Amino acid sequence: MATGYFFSHRHILGIEQLSPEDISHILRTADSFKEISARPIKKVPTLRGHTIINLFFEPSTRTRLSFEVAAKRMSADTFNISPSTSSTTKGETLIDTARNISAMHPDIIIIRHSCSGAPHLLSRHVNAAVVNAGDGAHEHPSQCLLDLLTVKEHKGTLSGLKIAIIGDISHSRVAHSNIVGFTKMGSQVYVYGPATLIPRDIDQLGAVVCSSLDEAVRDADVVMTLRIQKERQNDPLLPSLREYSRQFGISRSVLALARPDALVMHPGPVNRGVELSPDVADGPQSVILDQVTNGVAVRMALLYLVMGNT
Amino acid sequence: MNTTWLIKNGRIIDPANNTDQIRDLLILDGCIAGPDQTAPQNVAEIDASGCWVVPGLTDMHVHLREPGEEYKEDILSGARAAAAGGFTGVACMPNTKPVNDCRAVTDMILARAGQAAVRVYPVGAISQGLEGKQLAEYGEMRAAGVVAVSDDGHPVRDSQLMRRALEYAGNFGLLVISHSEEASLSSGVMNEGAMSTRLGLKGIPTAAESIMVYREIALAEFTGKKVHIAHVSTAMSADLIRSAKARGVRVTAETAPHYFTLTEEAVAGYDTNTKMNPPLRSAADREAIRLALADGTLDAIATDHAPHSVLEKELEFDAAANGIIGLETALPLALALVREGVIDEKRLVELLAVNPAALLGVAAGSLHPGMRADVTLIDPAREFIYTEEQVVSKSRNTPFLGMRLQGRAVLTMMDGRIRHTLLT
Repeated sequence: MATGYFFSHRHILGIEQLSPEDISHILRTADSFKEISARPIKKVPTLRGHTIINLFFEPSTRTRLSFEVAAKRMSADTFNISPSTSSTTKGETLIDTARNISAMHPDIIIIRHSCSGAPHLLSRHVNAAVVNAGDGAHEHPSQCLLDLLTVKEHKGTLSGLKIAIIGDISHSRVAHSNIVGFTKMGSQVYVYGPATLIPRDIDQLGAVVCSSLDEAVRDADVVMTLRIQKERQNDPLLPSLREYSRQFGISRSVLALARPDALVMHPGPVNRGVELSPDVADGPQSVILDQVTNGVAVRMALLYLVMGNT
Repeated sequence: MNTTWLIKNGRIIDPANNTDQIRDLLILDGCIAGPDQTAPQNVAEIDASGCWVVPGLTDMHVHLREPGEEYKEDILSGARAAAAGGFTGVACMPNTKPVNDCRAVTDMILARAGQAAVRVYPVGAISQGLEGKQLAEYGEMRAAGVVAVSDDGHPVRDSQLMRRALEYAGNFGLLVISHSEEASLSSGVMNEGAMSTRLGLKGIPTAAESIMVYREIALAEFTGKKVHIAHVSTAMSADLIRSAKARGVRVTAETAPHYFTLTEEAVAGYDTNTKMNPPLRSAADREAIRLALADGTLDAIATDHAPHSVLEKELEFDAAANGIIGLETALPLALALVREGVIDEKRLVELLAVNPAALLGVAAGSLHPGMRADVTLIDPAREFIYTEEQVVSKSRNTPFLGMRLQGRAVLTMMDGRIRHTLLT
């Protein structure tokens, strides 16, 4: 580690705010925590007496569970709140909710919200550290960090790699954070999908927009697919999932274009047979479950670091 | 209240009378005096040295929120904000609760306006209840005092209804003001582009505006009627209007200060005071708007003053209401265009005073002898920081809070009565 480096972020709002040094430090810290989850007694006292609130305005199974497991392995007290969106639109605003929670003096608030920028708004109204667990189509920093850790473990490096991200780039905070994150670490991200799902000016975030699945996947070191939804709020994005899987899905023959040691990744949950054919999802190149395991370690590292530890 | 004044040594900029010179201006009994009239003895004097003396400004596009949402603004508070910004007249949009689509609401607004600091010109609805189905009763509203019709805030989706509105409004000499937005393309919350992608916010394409601007031009061209495009925000809209004007279409247009001052970059911190409709656009759009103000494509600067309380603004960006207040910052922001050489002083007065009054068909925008003395004194050098404590409007929703601005109205006079002054 470079001398003089220290992790100075009070909140984890996005990958955009993190420097490559910050990211490397988080990954190193996460790597050192992995061993805890392999012990027979999977608990350390590091965050004992700390209160962590999972404030999930959007349904989530794996991310919330992963944060909760991470917090508990470090002996923090965790509480889950899932305000229904309807009750917040009727009366209590996000800021009211934030102030109420803040009055109970939590140390960390982990927030997921369907509105981009909600964690940023929250962070301006609470004393606690705020960790973004996904905001709208904006960022999902912990997912990006666990993806980086997974690739780093398998490839030994994060620089000079070709990362192909296939699918709904427009609505995916995972794609967004990964484009920013992998680019920061020195890899080149290529994106491909139906043009209805490629956001305008995505190249300005550093991604190369491909004109075919071939171009995106050929010689890739990582092939990452994203969960697809046929329709959003009456916006006709796709004719059918059947057509999607035929035109944009990753089958064994498409995967053969990538490097032989290419990794297959997916942030989950997978629509089996749509984004990935089952033999690819469960095949030898798939690291989907490694991603889940690394998720706990990365989230332990984030909770540890925002509490001012280094 | 005294209505006789001698305004001394000001630079009188009065494009309607082709005047730009330093001289005194005499106001007798609330009217502009003629050259043969002389000041009475002991006349009250106003020292306007270093100031511009211009016809009172008219803002042809504001939301005063009364009736119905008086917690955001009311007619009197909005009028005070207008006077503080140098305006002596404002045209208030009909999206109140209830909607101004009939004589009763117009009467109520004008009754209240009798106590207001500035002239209030009600704009009636194009369609009953702003529902976009039936024409409102333009004849009755005209008789009650509306100066124009608009469904502002609610684009008229039905092209046949818009055509009929242009035709029927012509019977009563009413200007039709179009909020040009193709609704099926505009479910987003900011301009669609690199910034919306970076922020993960849903975008509104520039095409949502241009499509409707072109529809209005096509309808105006076909029917031979007049149409006025509100709050133009894109380069393509400006191009469409420019070429339509060149072939004689009776189209006019306005833009708002935020479109020639800010860009989508301002949204970066998710500040909901940067959320408005149409949204802040790209730097290229801003440049095109500035050019269009200079070359005559755009006829007026109007604020789209849209007060909202913290209830509508201290929210997630997606959930926050559209709109910002603008009456108190329009003049300083427009003066920046003069300093930057985009427009000259005469053009500034045309955009803020002469043209909006002419478009609305109201007797204002000129210092011709005999006119009511609606006069604004501008100190173009006076700097100030626009702080929350200074805001006159009931609402505080503006991205310009805390900014250092240069140039402002130091005195606003209606009928020779001082409505706002910073002079000592």
